[in-house]
Amino acid sequence: MVSTALQREAAARRSRRLITWELSLLLPAVTYIFLLIGFPLLLSIYYSFSHISVGRRDFSFAGLANFRALFSDQVFLQALRNTILITVVVLVVVLVLATILATALAERFRGRAVIRYLLLLPWAAPVVMSTIAWKWVFDSQYSVVNWVLRRLHIIGPFEFPQWLGVPSLAIISIIVVQVWRILPFATVITLAGMTAVPRELIEAALVDGAGFFTRLFRVTLPMIRPIIGVAVLFTALFTFTDMAVVWILTRGGPYNTSHVLASWAFQVGILAGDLARGAAIALFMLPALAVIAVWVLHLVSRETTQ
Amino acid sequence: MSASSHLRPYLIKLVLVAVLAIFLAQALFPFAWMAITAFKRDSDLYNPTNNPFLFNEPPTLAHFRLLFEETKFPRWVVNTAGVGLSTVLITLVLAVPAAYALSRLRGRLGQQLAVAIFLTYLVPPTLLFLPLSQIVSTLGFQDKLWALVITYPSLSTPFVAWLLMGFFRSLPQELEEAALVDGADRFTAFRRIMLPLAVPGILTAVIFTFTLAVNEFIYALTFVSISDLKTVSAGVPTDLIRGDVFFWGAIMGSALVVSLPVALLYNAFLDRFVEGLTAGALR
Repeated sequence: MVSTALQREAAARRSRRLITWELSLLLPAVTYIFLLIGFPLLLSIYYSFSHISVGRRDFSFAGLANFRALFSDQVFLQALRNTILITVVVLVVVLVLATILATALAERFRGRAVIRYLLLLPWAAPVVMSTIAWKWVFDSQYSVVNWVLRRLHIIGPFEFPQWLGVPSLAIISIIVVQVWRILPFATVITLAGMTAVPRELIEAALVDGAGFFTRLFRVTLPMIRPIIGVAVLFTALFTFTDMAVVWILTRGGPYNTSHVLASWAFQVGILAGDLARGAAIALFMLPALAVIAVWVLHLVSRETTQ
Repeated sequence: MSASSHLRPYLIKLVLVAVLAIFLAQALFPFAWMAITAFKRDSDLYNPTNNPFLFNEPPTLAHFRLLFEETKFPRWVVNTAGVGLSTVLITLVLAVPAAYALSRLRGRLGQQLAVAIFLTYLVPPTLLFLPLSQIVSTLGFQDKLWALVITYPSLSTPFVAWLLMGFFRSLPQELEEAALVDGADRFTAFRRIMLPLAVPGILTAVIFTFTLAVNEFIYALTFVSISDLKTVSAGVPTDLIRGDVFFWGAIMGSALVVSLPVALLYNAFLDRFVEGLTAGALR
C-alpha cells in the first residue's frame, strides 16, 4: 500500500517535471509569436481607436472617429466592395476549375507526375515575380492579349483595351491573376481528397450504372466535402488578405477604383502616414478572419473527436 | 450504339488531353512570356507590328547584362539570401524545440497549444504591418535589413512548428525512451536520437521558410526604403520601373532568374506543405 502511494507520487512528480521541460522548450517560440503577432494585433486594434500618425505619437483615444470617417470615404467603401467581390469570384472560379483539373489529374496516364508538377508551378513561384510578368502581359501598348485579340479580329486593328487602366478591366485582371496563382493550390487539396475516396465506393456506383457526372456529384464531391472546406478556407484567406497582386498590377488605380482593404490601408497608413485610419481600414479584415478561425477550430475538433 | 461505345474510350482520352492542354497553357504562359521577353532585343520588343511570340531579330543577352551590371539587382539577391538564411536559422531555433514539445505534450493542453499556434499562422501580415512599422522604428531598425530578419520568422514559425509537430509525432518514441533508460539526459536524447531522425522534416521547413522570405512583399516594402538594402521582391517592382521608362527586358529577366529556382525547389516539397494544412480534414 505504502509503496504504491510512493510510486504514484514519484510518477506524478516525474510527469510534472516532464511538462516543465516541454513548456520550457515552447517558451521561446510562444514569447516570440506573442511579441510579433499577438502584441501588434492588439496594438492595431488600439491604433484604430486613437489619433496616432507617422511622426506624431498621439495615443489619445479617438473613439469611433476613425470608423465614422471611413464610412464617408468613397475609396474605402469601394475597396471593401472590391475585396468582397474579388474574393467571392475567385473562390467560385477556383473551386469549379480545381474540380475539373483534379478530376482530370485523378485519371492514370503516362507523364502524369510531370504534368502535375508543371501545373503546380504558378503556386510555387514567388507571387511578386509572376505578377510582374502579368503586368507586362496586360501592358497598355504592347499587351500580348490585345495582339492576339486583334489577330483574331475580336477587336479592331487600332483598338488598345487598357487592361489595367479601366476600372472594370482592372478588377478582372486582378481576378485573373489571383485565380491563376491559387488554382494549383486548391487543385492539390481537391486531388488529395479525391484519391482518398475508397475505390469500392466508386466501383459500387459504376455497378449501379451511375454515369460520370452522377459519380462526381453524388459520390466523390459529397465524400470530400471536409477537404473542399479546407480549400475554400485557404483560398479565401489568401485572396482577401493579399496586397502584392493589387499593388503591383494597378496600385489601386485607375483613380483609386481597384483598391482592396490591404492596399488602401497601406496607402493611407504608410504613404499618407495616417496610422490610425490605416489600422481601422485593415481591421475590417478581422471579422472574416474570425469566421475562418472558428472554422479551423471546428475542423480540428472534428479530427480529435473521431 | 455499338459504334459510339467503341469510340467512348477515345472520346474520354481526347477530352482529357484537351483539358490538360488548356490548363497547362494557362499555367505556363507567364513563365514562357518572361523567357521570351528577357532574351528579345528592344527593337523587336517595342515594334507593335512584330509577332510577339517570335524572335523577329536574333535573341540577345543585353537585358541580363544591364540587370547584373547596371542595376542593383545583384545587391538585392545578396540581401535576399542573407535575410532568407537568417530567417531560416531563427525559425529553426524557435520552431524545432516547440514542435518537439508539442508532439510530446499529449492530452488537452498539448492539443490546445498546437491549435493556438496554428491559428496565429492565419493572422495576415497585411493586418500587422502598421503597428510593426512603429515597433521597427522604435527599435531603430527602420531601413535596416534587421527589420526583416526579426519580423520574417513570425510568418514562418507558427506553420513550421505545426508541420514539424506532425513529423515528430510520426517518429517512434521508444528510441528516445531507450536512450533515457541508458542514462542519457533529455537534451542529449533529443539531440542525438530525435534530431537526426527529423532531418527530412527540417529540410521541408528550411525550403518553406526560405521561399517565404524570398516571396514576402509588404514588410519589405514598408520597413526598407533604401534601394541598396532592398530584397528582390521589393526591389524589382519598385526600383526597376523608373517613371515611364520600363526596362521590361531586364524586369522579365530578373523575374525569370528569381522565379525558376524558387518555384522548382518549392514545388518539390509542395505536397508536404499541403499535408500540413489538410491534416485535420483528410482523416
